[in-house]
Order: sequence, then structure tokens, then C-alpha cells
Amino acid sequence: MRPAVRCFGLAAPLLLAASVAHGIEQGEPRSGIAFASPETRAMQADDTANPGLFWVLDGEQLWAKREGAAQKSCGDCHGAASASMKGIAARYPAFDDKTGQAVDLTGRINLCRTRHQQATPLPHEGKEMLALTAFVGFQSRGLPMAPPADPRLAPARAQGEALFTQRMGQLDLSCANCHEANWQGRLGGSPITQGQSNAYPLYRLEWQGLGSLQRRMRACMVGVRAEPFDYGAPEFVALEAFLATRAKGLPVETPGVRP
Amino acid sequence: MRRFVLLTALLLAGPSFDAQAVATSYEIEGDAIAEPLTGHEGDAERGAALVADRTLSLCVLCHSGLVAPVHMQGNLAPSLAGIGGRLTPGQIRLRVVDMKRLNPDSLMPVYGGVAPGARVAGPWQGKAILTADEIEDIVAYLVSLKG
Ligand code: HEC
Ligand code: HEC
Repeated sequence: MRPAVRCFGLAAPLLLAASVAHGIEQGEPRSGIAFASPETRAMQADDTANPGLFWVLDGEQLWAKREGAAQKSCGDCHGAASASMKGIAARYPAFDDKTGQAVDLTGRINLCRTRHQQATPLPHEGKEMLALTAFVGFQSRGLPMAPPADPRLAPARAQGEALFTQRMGQLDLSCANCHEANWQGRLGGSPITQGQSNAYPLYRLEWQGLGSLQRRMRACMVGVRAEPFDYGAPEFVALEAFLATRAKGLPVETPGVRP
Repeated sequence: MRRFVLLTALLLAGPSFDAQAVATSYEIEGDAIAEPLTGHEGDAERGAALVADRTLSLCVLCHSGLVAPVHMQGNLAPSLAGIGGRLTPGQIRLRVVDMKRLNPDSLMPVYGGVAPGARVAGPWQGKAILTADEIEDIVAYLVSLKG
């Protein structure tokens, strides 16, 4: 009996102390790039080495391409992206009046396609959507994440926070178990990080390609052996809305690079 | 003293599961399960291989002090080096079977029962992470770590 009592006397308070001492509320939000190797950091910082820039360049082409029955390009409505799209990614997800729901950048681009271009929605992880979101996100690079003080986003943010703290999957772990209580730890060999959303879409070396924030969240859900939400599901938009509030002040890094 | 039912994997699930449906009951005394779940002791060598398996047992994702390369071990949990000198076999067994019985907020998954987590993905639904045999092999290995 004694050793066990001693062990729990030690281990449980230690874990508790860890979550109190390292909770993100107390400190500054820290980008995932701060946990990456010098090589990965250098790759993200150098536009000639960052593979994500290929998607940004593709997105620039798509911005000017006339689409759908309306035969309009993004640029026909919005003009130069360098002016009109600056700061947009830093404040998404936003509230859409017509649907009365929170919408993320991917959702907004598909709303523009259906409403204004009279074109079909683009697949979530398709090359074109990733290129457009990378291009739009790139226009905010370096600007601080600035989730708007819009009370209509409160329900989505609250739902996102509830999902973030819910234990799930066969391993019975919540996002917060790792990204709040143990963000300074290592899972196997990988730094856990705070799970910040400021660099998406990003190039992941493991993927050998660009992927969205939802793809990353699906990977974490599959990791705990939970059934991931579908791409574009309201639950994922809610998680994104909550993650944006946690990321407040971090610079947009799109397109980031991660291991 | 109460009896609990340990559900181990039903068949069909691929190589990580026993080809038999087993329901084992076990007795918890204090903070230990004194008797092997399978009625006999496990194989420490197989246990060592299981513990190092990042995708089946997942132990090294959180624990250090095990057989895996150091750079692949996590640090979310106490080191298991010398655990066999600190805990009795029965104490180790209960911790692997159901740590949450001792600490409901523990990070450690329940290995010998069905997960209480939401949205358990299809292939894992209603299944324990490890079979009774696998747990006994792991217990035998941990007992041998006298450090
Ligand atoms: C068992 C631990 C664990 C759980 C639970 C978990 N994650 Fe993660 N997460 C990680 C690890 C480890 C990484 C970093 C992987 C890498 O890039 O090497 C990560 C990365 C991330 C990132 C990317 C951060 C960046 O800088 O690119 C986001 C966002 C994220 N997680 C969100 C979530 C959300 C949302 C949930 C719940 C649905 C969740 N995670 C659950 C371990 C976890
Ligand atoms: C997701 C994290 C995680 C995984 C995976 C995990 N554990 Fe643990 N384990 C913990 C934590 C945290 C503790 C500390 C006790 C607590 O949570 O109250 C612990 C405690 C233990 C203890 C008691 C240690 C002591 O010093 O008293 C044993 C034995 C143990 N684990 C064995 C295992 C084995 C064997 C596996 C794999 C089959 C495993 N664990 C997988 C997180 C984990």
C-alpha cells in the first residue's frame, strides 16, 4: 500500500500543478513554430524555401480567374487582394448574416462562389481551396490574430470551448488535456505545443503538402481514436472560432511550416 | 471488495486483438488486482515488445524509463524505470487495467475496459485497448523492472 499512496501523493498534485502553472491564461500564447526545430523555422521564414508559397502563387492566379455562370473573378468584386484581403484571415471565423452562423474562411470562399460567382463549392482539402485560403491568409501575414468582439460569435465560441475540453475517443483525452495542461510536454518524440491556429493552411512535412486547420484537428481526433467531424462541420467551425480567441495577438504565419 | 467485468476485444478487429471474445472478471483489493486476469502470469519478453509499441500500447507516448529509444519517449507521465521495485504486481495490474479507478482525472487511458470517451471511432467501439493476455505480458515486464 505505502508505495502506491506515496506515488499518488506525488504524481497527481504534480499534474495538477502543471496545469495551473503552465495554463495559457497565465502566460502568453505561443505559436507552434516556437517549438519547431531550427531547420523547420528557417524553412518557414524563407520564402524561397517555404513550400507553402507555391500554393500562394496558385491562389494568386485563381483570384483573377473568372468562374461560374456569373463569369466573375474574386478580383472583379474585391479588387487587389493586397488591400481588400489584408487583415481578413486575422479576424476569421466571422458571423454570416444571411445564414445566421459562424463561417470560416473556407466557408466564406464557398459562399462567394455560390452566391456571387454562381459556381459550385470547392472541395475542402482540394488544391484550389487550399490555394485560395493560402493566398488570402498570406495577405494578413505578420498581423496579429484579432478575433472580433462580435457577440453573435459567442455561441460558436462556447460550443468550441466545450468541444475542446470534452474527453473523446478510445484514449479518452480532450484537446485541453494536451494543449492546455501539457503543452510544454512531449508526446512520444513530438512537442505537443499549444495547438494554436495562426499559421493555417500550412505545409506539414509529414503530409508532404499543404493542409487546413481542420485536417490538423482531424489528425488529433484520429490520434485519440475518436470519430473525426466531417470537413466543414459546424463543430469544426466552432472549434476554429474558439481557437481564434486563444490565438489572439499571435502573428498570422500563413503559410506556416510544421513537422 | 467488489467485482468488475473486464471486457476484452471481440474478434474481427485485426491482429491487435485476441481471436476470442473474452469476458474476465477481476477483484480489486485496496489499490491492487492481486490475481492475473488470465489465471496465469504473462510473458515479460512479449510485454517488453508491447510496451515499446507506439501504436498498440502507446505507453511510450507518455512514459519514459522503458525499452524504446529515448528521443521517442514522452514526458507526460512518471518514469516507469524501477517500477517493479516500487509497486507490487497487483498494484501495477490495476494501474494498467484502470488507472481512472484511482484517479478519475488521470491522463492515462483505461486499458482493460471500454473507454468512457465521446465519439469513439468505429473500429474501437465497445473494445478495450488491450486484451487480458496483453495486459498480463505488460505487467510481467513491468514487474521485472527493479531498477
Ligand atoms: C494526445 C495529445 C493530443 C490531443 C488529445 C490533441 N492534440 Fe492537437 N496536437 C498534438 C501534438 C503532439 C501536436 C503537434 C504535432 C506535430 O506537428 O508534430 C498537435 C498539433 C495540433 C495543432 C497544430 C498546431 C500548429 O502549430 O500547427 C492544432 C491546431 C491542434 N493540435 C488542435 C487540437 C484539437 C482541436 C484537439 C481536439 C479535437 C487536439 N488538438 C487534441 C497532440 C494532441
Ligand atoms: C496518455 C498518457 C498515458 C499513457 C498512454 C499511459 N500512461 Fe501510464 N500513467 C500516466 C499518468 C499521467 C500516470 C500518473 C498517475 C495518474 O495519472 O494519476 C501514469 C501512471 C502509470 C503507472 C503508475 C506509475 C507510478 O509511479 O506509480 C503505471 C504502472 C503505468 N502508468 C503504466 C502504463 C503502461 C504499462 C502503459 C501502456 C500500456 C501506460 N501507462 C500508458 C499516463 C499515461
